[in-house]
Amino acid sequence: MTAREDWWYDEAAGPLVRPYAMVRGRTRPNAPDLHLVTQVRASSFASDQTSLTVEHREIMALCARPLSVAEVAAYLDVPLVVVKVLLSDLIERGDVIVQNSPPQIPDRDLLQAVLDGVRGI
Amino acid sequence: MVFVGSDDQLTVPTAVKIVIAGGFGTGKTTMVGSVSEIAPLRTEELLTEAGVHVDDLAGIEGKDTTTVALDFGRITINTKVVLYLFGTPGQNRFWFMWDELATGAIGAVVLVDTRRLDSSFPSIDFFEHRGIPFVVAVNCFDGAQLYTVDEVRHALDLDDSIPVVLCDARDRESSKAVLVGLIQHSMNRLEAAV
Repeated sequence: MTAREDWWYDEAAGPLVRPYAMVRGRTRPNAPDLHLVTQVRASSFASDQTSLTVEHREIMALCARPLSVAEVAAYLDVPLVVVKVLLSDLIERGDVIVQNSPPQIPDRDLLQAVLDGVRGI
Repeated sequence: MVFVGSDDQLTVPTAVKIVIAGGFGTGKTTMVGSVSEIAPLRTEELLTEAGVHVDDLAGIEGKDTTTVALDFGRITINTKVVLYLFGTPGQNRFWFMWDELATGAIGAVVLVDTRRLDSSFPSIDFFEHRGIPFVVAVNCFDGAQLYTVDEVRHALDLDDSIPVVLCDARDRESSKAVLVGLIQHSMNRLEAAV
């Protein structure tokens, strides 16, 4: 369990500082394998959310359905690095589950499925 | 302690991606938008002085931060597979972003404007050198189709194995056909490699 740490941001400091205040200056996520398309989803066994920050809770709400890291960042309107740090917090808590394989070149079956899918849209 | 049930894992889909590359103003975001099921999204990577990603600092000295914007779209293939389409950042100095985009990608579409053929050279070089499957799609802006497919192939010095097609990036069916061509090209490459 992660203890609630106080975080702050300086309103006068402007928009470039605020995203980093959100993650308390951290720029390296603990979960290193978060790529642009890595799929994340809120766990159905999520823990008590009262100890989470507003941004963490927004991510939990967004991830009620599976989304990519890039989509979460776009919808939350924060830089990718920030969303990766926030997601790492939630993954550590077990609140967010993640597709844990790194991007791999698709095999034939997967390519065939994508081909059929694109033809069908 | 929170346990993640195996049922949970099953509902996280596999993600695949296609890169839409090309010079500035060749219609990358237009193509993403014409086939995506959502309006193209934009995400930004903020680079700071601490960001060691940047391999060429020329032009950003004196700036504490710089932003790389990525436009992308989504096609849900089925409940287990989702396809993302990423437009490459316009500025060539952000090559590290291209690397992340290209890693594990099905392949790339290099969009070409025949009025500025040379603007597509860096994209073609990038995918050729990394052995990433790609097709060249000539975006026919309002009657700007000045050359035939063969002339474009010759001007770009492309190998015969690289598909070159004409398209209208604004048109959904035309963009779909380009993607279908790319996926088939990737499948052929995969089979040839076995």
